[in-house]
Amino acid sequence: MQTFRQDLLHSLRHGLQTGWQRAVQTARLSCGVPDYDLYVRHLREHHPERTVPSYKEFFRERQLARYKGTGGRCC
Amino acid sequence: MNTAVPAQSPAGKILWAAIAIVGAFCLGVVALRRGEPINAIWLVAAALSVFVIGYRFYGKFIEHSVLQMNPARATPAVLRNDGLDYVPTDKWVVFGHHFAAIAGAGPLVGPVLAAQMGYLPGTLWILFGVVFAGAVQDFMILGLSLRRDGRSLGNMLRDELGPVPGVVAMFGVLVLMMIVLAVLALVVVKALTHSPWGTFTVACTIPIALLMGSYLRWFRPGRILEVSLIGLVLLLTSIWMGKAVYDSATLAPLFDFDAKSLAWMLIGYGFFASVLPVWLLLAPRDYLSTFLKIGTIALLALAIFLAAPTLQMPAVTKFIDGTGPVFPGKLFPFLFITIACGAVSGWHSIIASGTTPKLLANEGEARMVGYGGMLMEAFVAIMALIAASSLHPGVYFAMNSPSALIGNTVQSAATAISQLGFVVTPEQLAQTAKNIGESSILSRAGGAPTLAVGMAQLLHGILPGKSMMAFWYHYAILFEALFILTTVDAGTRVGRFMIQEIAGLFHKPLRETRSWTGNLLATVICVSLWGYFLYQGAVDPLGGINTLWPLFGIANQMLAAIALMLATVVTVKMKRERYVWVPGVPAVWLIVCTLTAGWEKLSGSISFTAAAQKYAQGMHDGKLLAPAKSVAEMQRIVTNNYVDAALTGLFMLLVLAMVGFSLRALLNAWRSNRPTAHEEPYVALASVAG
Repeated sequence: MQTFRQDLLHSLRHGLQTGWQRAVQTARLSCGVPDYDLYVRHLREHHPERTVPSYKEFFRERQLARYKGTGGRCC
Repeated sequence: MNTAVPAQSPAGKILWAAIAIVGAFCLGVVALRRGEPINAIWLVAAALSVFVIGYRFYGKFIEHSVLQMNPARATPAVLRNDGLDYVPTDKWVVFGHHFAAIAGAGPLVGPVLAAQMGYLPGTLWILFGVVFAGAVQDFMILGLSLRRDGRSLGNMLRDELGPVPGVVAMFGVLVLMMIVLAVLALVVVKALTHSPWGTFTVACTIPIALLMGSYLRWFRPGRILEVSLIGLVLLLTSIWMGKAVYDSATLAPLFDFDAKSLAWMLIGYGFFASVLPVWLLLAPRDYLSTFLKIGTIALLALAIFLAAPTLQMPAVTKFIDGTGPVFPGKLFPFLFITIACGAVSGWHSIIASGTTPKLLANEGEARMVGYGGMLMEAFVAIMALIAASSLHPGVYFAMNSPSALIGNTVQSAATAISQLGFVVTPEQLAQTAKNIGESSILSRAGGAPTLAVGMAQLLHGILPGKSMMAFWYHYAILFEALFILTTVDAGTRVGRFMIQEIAGLFHKPLRETRSWTGNLLATVICVSLWGYFLYQGAVDPLGGINTLWPLFGIANQMLAAIALMLATVVTVKMKRERYVWVPGVPAVWLIVCTLTAGWEKLSGSISFTAAAQKYAQGMHDGKLLAPAKSVAEMQRIVTNNYVDAALTGLFMLLVLAMVGFSLRALLNAWRSNRPTAHEEPYVALASVAG
């Protein structure tokens, strides 16, 4: 019984955490800012020769990129 | 290939049969009950049943049979993963992002205008339009782009139809964008005319955005959520302070403007906002408006569910015959032009072939994002229709009829509207204005104010309190204005890049987006293009919205027709001719609607040409025709109507040209004995994953 309750609490906390992370990711993506951690991991894995930008640099680059192309928003 | 729809368990069959019966019953109540007003919950339940059934059955049919989406096939996000633009992303996150990108002011404005025909015609068109046209377009374009490296609509048109159709369609997009910017800016002008409270709060968004931009740039870089919360608190404070401005005899006149001055301010604002660095003004407003938009939609849904209002507008009014005061034109084709976004919106094809296909991790998730996302937008449109229909019809018509018809006083308006058959007293109109903290509610066409009054009444029903109604009204106005002004900034910037691209063809240095000459020149051209139509709408004695909105609807449905024609051609190119009706029937329907509406706007009693000729004849006879007050005003009405007529003609030519190109490609593909679509080669997900 004790373990069951612990399991339940644990999965509840885990679920809430993932839910919150997803919500933050959605909110950022809706403003044109993709996941920074994922990008860093991608760079480390596939392009180890490139320098990893700081979050500030990454954010500025994405901010500029959002308002360059067509579309992105609707009437 | 896996084309069969998976078999269903008996329990599942019973569940879906139950949903179908409930849906049919609710729809029956909505459509058939006459004489007594019905509750909005019937409409909500009918809509939800239609949506889940459409999603489960028609959406699935398109997924398995028409597009043949394959969960084992690698998507562009997986194949070209660069961590920035192409990133395999959780499907709920993609859904949220896609919905935030497609949901705008459009589905909130169109249904409000269409409510003049009663709630039933608009409801039926939204429900069946979205299931068989709108969601089909979004989903199919997304599916096609997924198979083509996430390429844009323009690129796909070029690949599948040829280079000329690609250019023609992109030119259409530019013109459509100018009309969108003008009509949306006009919605803001109509909402803020002689409204010190509204103007003050909307003006406050500029310093708030500058503050947020600086905070994000220097103090806490990249903390979007944090800064948006600060911005939200400041915005709510500015609404609260707006009341003090409205009550003050010295401050109120400083924020009291007529339509003409507001139009000039917006034009100037659009110019500066789009040449300033994005981080300073545009980006922070964008964050605020994105979150506020989602929050407000949720608030509206909550209000409708909790307040469960009764629909006061009749199911069908006599104005289906084309004599309505809000916009002229019969049910066919003008209902289908007026409600564009919410039922089917061409603009979505640009987003469905923009960032979304570069994020989907699996083809099996495309239906949820493409088809499901559009169903959500249709639900927003239904809610807007409910908010407008739950108003007293007299108040609704007073707010949406031009002053040329109802005059400028509550007495003249009450008399005119009562004669239309919707009895209302001058006191009711004056009291409504007083409740929401405005001097007048008359002739505030454009959807936003009507929706704001509807929302304010719903929210006030849940959270009563002194002067709360005025607060909610100005909250709703602020939300729409903030959202629209962000679209105006961003749209001007995009338009500027497009114009620089075109100008670069003639004189290379103009293309350099960092050059101040090219930059300023293109911005001036872009702002003048939409500014012309905005100004014309603002000074139009007939209201402006009723001329510009049909132009916008025609242009938006034209783009949807082009996207659906592309889907039709590709379906045949893939040798799936027996499914050609899936995108083909809605494409033909939209072509018929746009061409009929275009033709009625070119010749006939409600046409731009007829209006121009009437005033030209008046000038010739030396008579002054109301509502014009001088010969110069008459001359302006003549010119504007001829410009609108020419634009309508241009849209019709564009549609006809695209029909020709599509038919040619269709015939060639039909004759060919093998698939000729330009799909990227198949790569198994299993071979790249991990």
